[in-house]
Amino acid sequence: MKELVVISGKGGTGKTSLTASFAYLAGENTILADYDVDASDLHILLEPKIKKTYQFYGGKKANIIKEKCIGCAKCQEICRFDAVKNVDDKFEINKIDCEGCGYCYRICPTDAIEFKDNLSGEWYISKSRFSSTLIFAKLDIAEENSGKLVTEIKEVARNLANENNKDLLISDGAPGIGCPVIASLSNANYILIVTEPSLSGFHDLKRILELVKHFGYSAGCIINKYDINKKITKEIEIFSHNNELEIIGKIPYSDSFPKSLVLKQTVVEFDKSDIGKTVENCWGKLQSKL
Amino acid sequence: MKISVASGKGGTGKTTFAVNFSLFLNNIKKNKIVLVDLDVEEPDCHIFLKHKNFKRKKCFREIPKVNEKCNLCGKCSEICEFNAIAVTNTKVIIFPDLCHSCYACIEMCPQKAFDIENIEMGEIHWGNIASNNFYFVEGKLKIGEVMAVPMIRQTKNFSAERFGENSYFIFDSPPGTSCPVIEATKESDFVVLVTEPTPFGLHDLKLAVETMRKLRKKFGVVINKAGIGDQSVSEYCYNEKISILGEIPYSREIAELYSQGKNIINLPSINKIFEKIHKNILSLL
Repeated sequence: MKELVVISGKGGTGKTSLTASFAYLAGENTILADYDVDASDLHILLEPKIKKTYQFYGGKKANIIKEKCIGCAKCQEICRFDAVKNVDDKFEINKIDCEGCGYCYRICPTDAIEFKDNLSGEWYISKSRFSSTLIFAKLDIAEENSGKLVTEIKEVARNLANENNKDLLISDGAPGIGCPVIASLSNANYILIVTEPSLSGFHDLKRILELVKHFGYSAGCIINKYDINKKITKEIEIFSHNNELEIIGKIPYSDSFPKSLVLKQTVVEFDKSDIGKTVENCWGKLQSKL
Repeated sequence: MKISVASGKGGTGKTTFAVNFSLFLNNIKKNKIVLVDLDVEEPDCHIFLKHKNFKRKKCFREIPKVNEKCNLCGKCSEICEFNAIAVTNTKVIIFPDLCHSCYACIEMCPQKAFDIENIEMGEIHWGNIASNNFYFVEGKLKIGEVMAVPMIRQTKNFSAERFGENSYFIFDSPPGTSCPVIEATKESDFVVLVTEPTPFGLHDLKLAVETMRKLRKKFGVVINKAGIGDQSVSEYCYNEKISILGEIPYSREIAELYSQGKNIINLPSINKIFEKIHKNILSLL
């Protein structure tokens, strides 16, 4: 089984639109995973039927039992996350600020603090409208540990692929360069970076590629909207050549992307001519990398 | 005054809005304007400021370092909720990437067997831009560093200490709805949610709205790239009684200016839109 992870560093480059198109082209014999657990969007285009729902416990949270609290303020003194608030000489923990370290729970002299598992999201095994299996998640608002959730669903996706003898897992990676994206990359066979020729796009490409190399993965890139700024496209091509980043393809700016999105179609379903063909060519080239 | 600019979805124009709104305020306000880039994983504001000589300082986070007093009792490993410490028969192993700097192990160790070690997590860059009253601060997470929140917190604290309470702060927040966004918005007086009129934009806007409601923040919506998609974002805002602060139309000209790292506030039609957005924010504060 091979895993292709699509990432972008910068948002809005077309990562999810392209991932959905590859999912369409790969057909039913594929497993799909969405690691953007903060704001997962892949399911909008794949309109999956949810088969099974699982709960995600991201960690624990502390809570002060009012009746037992004697107001000694020890918890407030040691909390490094300023999560303990003083309300009329009684103390309360702000759940959003609580990091779940348990320090207060351990040192409270009257055992007035409980420390319980915190339900922080859900994840789903579903069937996409292309009949392939899609695993995606929804982290609750203002929750932590999205990296842990990514790791959890990645394991499920990889196991499902292996158990069902699927050859390919296509994953929509998390944004940024921090813990969720690092978790997205683990064990990947090939990383596709979707970029755009803007100074910000190029800046973020350099940072995300440094991260990819830091962990020793091989990667290729697609330059989306390449004709918005041909000068920077040229610079990205030179940069790629010098940094062993293969250019998988260049896609021109096209309103087929937002138009197909509004109809909740992938761009390859919507535009069977120019853009569709270009994306198909990218897919052909990607398959040869896996 | 503190205003955060956020968005559920990436690439909606959050940074474009934060930079141009700061420039707009600098033109009309006597206050010190401080633009703070808290998107520490991919900070891009500086690209639009064309300023080369930033001052810089390194940022560190503190983790435990075991010393010779350790008798391998294993208490630290038992209490660490993040599995950042393992104790074997012969030594203590610390995993810096997993440590949240809560100090429980350091302060609860019966032998006092921990010292503190500083781990570099990134840099803060800052400088005076364009006029005497416009300052810029950015936090930049080091590549390979896992946790963005401590970096965001230090950047925010640094800005507050250096530029004082009477300044007008604009925070460019990271995308999403989890801990980094909370850190970048929780002390703000107002949050501008930037979105785009597509199903992706709408889906992620709903999550961002839920986040702001949970944090009990005053907020409003700016629709960027107006015209590329459909009306569903406007309809949603109308039904939910959410103020649309303004709409910035999509044009290829703006996309090209953006790609070159140029600002749009000098386009007369855009300046008018920012004037309206500013007025709408004031009326909601």
